[in-house]
Amino acid sequence: MLADKDRIFTNLYGYQPWNVDAAMKRGDWDNTKALLELGQDKIIDVIKASGLRGRGGAGFPTGMKWSFMPKEPRPDRPSFLVINADESEPGSCKDREIIRHDPHKLIEGALVAGFAMRARAAYIYIRGEYIREAETLFAAVAEAYDRGFLGKNACGSGYDFDVFVHRGAGAYICGEETAMIESLEGKKGQPRLKPPFPAGAGLYGCPTTVNNVESIAVAPTILRRGAEWFSSFGRENNKGTKLFQISGHVDRPCVVEESMSISFRELIEKHCGGIRGGWDNLLAVIPGGSSVPLVPAAEIMDAPMDFDGLKAVGSGLGTAAVIVMDKSTDIVRAISRLSYFYKHESCGQCTPCREGTGWMWRVMERMRTGDADVSEIDTLFQVTKQVEGHTICALGDAAAWPIQGLIRHFRPEMERRIRERKGETGGNAPMMEAAE
Amino acid sequence: MADAPNIPDEAEVRARWGNFAWTDENQKKANEILARYPKGREQSCSIPFLDLAQRQVGAETQTQGWLPVPVIEFVARQLGVAYMRIYEVATFYTMFNLAPVGRYHVQVCGTTPCMLRGSDDVLAACKNKGLIKGKTTPDGLFTLTEVECMGNCASAPMVQINDDNYEDLDYDRTVTILEALARGESPKTGTQEPGRHTVEPIGGPTTLTAMVGDNHDYRGEWGA
Repeated sequence: MLADKDRIFTNLYGYQPWNVDAAMKRGDWDNTKALLELGQDKIIDVIKASGLRGRGGAGFPTGMKWSFMPKEPRPDRPSFLVINADESEPGSCKDREIIRHDPHKLIEGALVAGFAMRARAAYIYIRGEYIREAETLFAAVAEAYDRGFLGKNACGSGYDFDVFVHRGAGAYICGEETAMIESLEGKKGQPRLKPPFPAGAGLYGCPTTVNNVESIAVAPTILRRGAEWFSSFGRENNKGTKLFQISGHVDRPCVVEESMSISFRELIEKHCGGIRGGWDNLLAVIPGGSSVPLVPAAEIMDAPMDFDGLKAVGSGLGTAAVIVMDKSTDIVRAISRLSYFYKHESCGQCTPCREGTGWMWRVMERMRTGDADVSEIDTLFQVTKQVEGHTICALGDAAAWPIQGLIRHFRPEMERRIRERKGETGGNAPMMEAAE
Repeated sequence: MADAPNIPDEAEVRARWGNFAWTDENQKKANEILARYPKGREQSCSIPFLDLAQRQVGAETQTQGWLPVPVIEFVARQLGVAYMRIYEVATFYTMFNLAPVGRYHVQVCGTTPCMLRGSDDVLAACKNKGLIKGKTTPDGLFTLTEVECMGNCASAPMVQINDDNYEDLDYDRTVTILEALARGESPKTGTQEPGRHTVEPIGGPTTLTAMVGDNHDYRGEWGA
């Protein structure tokens, strides 16, 4: 188990105040000027060497992303850092804890990362529903300005850097980086076609990098403790520490920082008091937020919780939002409810997603009640394949994959429902209430 | 409010809200918001201005607030953009109410992580207190909406009521909160689980125990 001294988010549970004085006692803003004096290229090299991969789901190497930004920004086209705090992926609840309990780690990270990519300012885009969290973040940014950590000559470094907080208003799609940029510009959050990529033309047409809250907030600690320290955790290509969020049918759901590549069993046993009803009662796990396919119990139990380990079992680490389902779960309903989520959150721009998410949800509801034909399972699978890969952003894929995972692993259960429903006389069996 | 509501009667709404303007306090806030974005990029204020306007309507009507058409027009004028540019934003984002809501907007998360932990019971409690999805109670006190994942999954199930979250709910705890609000009280926000602080495992943290009683600085142990 990761030692407490090696945890980055020491105030994760908010037992201590978030304010700047308390944060400084924990080590934040400790001679940040010295970190900036490493210079832009050195900072990027350290982040690259640490093996940090983006914590927002896609896992792109963070240091490499920063290196795509222009080395000599033009005055009329300043560079921007946009920090993605639009945490809306079902199961994900880690950025919220950083923002409300350790906001200065994020703000210091914004300065360090923004400086490294030669940005003029950072916008932190926080989801609208995080109302109290945004209040904390606004107040923490104001504290940082008061102390001279931000603004002109930030931390006495000679570098001018601003951090602004921007609240969203309820749209999952704004977590997609180009939709987030559209939303920041005051428009509907509909993703842009790429190219151009944001590093070339992003916010206001200027070079922009979008990073997840956790990716940014860990950067100062990595610089202080060194790339080797960070890369001493986790397997090759899967380095570092990570905030895991365990929800669903464990005895004690929680958010916890652990070493990457910890096994699922160890994660659950050490921090969550085990599976509700014991390990024999485990049915399936969605290991990385709702967009990744579920993994049946036998395959997940001893899988390493990292990018490659979960890819090997046909799923993904995503945001490390671990949704645990025991044998009491109506698995078809659990996935159908996710289909409803994607139907609700489709921005409507691309036809396969706009039409497909609604269609898939309606068929999933009939699969839930068994009011379908066995041949429709194949039709449903084919439709998910037509949606997948044919939309501007990944929401279409995200809507398709949970259903594909269900069919792949629980087809017998789907067929059983259909057969039992057909065998009934009158068809008046009580049904659970639909999501809507 | 994903489903398109009936836009309330135009003439009546115009008579009530046609002269909408920022209060002095909100004018200050609007100026602060404008200062966050570069010159010529005022449209970036569309979401914060609509939020501010909805809150002002809320304060004037003793509800969570909503966005009458004349108020949306006011925001468009403030930003110097076409009404349609702001209207399409108001209709895109779910937190903007396009029809009046009650004093308390009860937003129950029904997405899978909450569902697994018993959001059906939370909705049942709401139903038994007379709340109906998409509707406001006759006394104007509660509007019920089922919403999508609110990011409180490790303390599920949860409900957001206006600006506050209530987590680790069950049937009885939901009833207790609704009854307290109806009496005009302010129930404890956050987790409703006795002894739980935030999102540590119930029963106490398995990590960082030194932080519970003391703002511990771990840097002294870094070399060890």
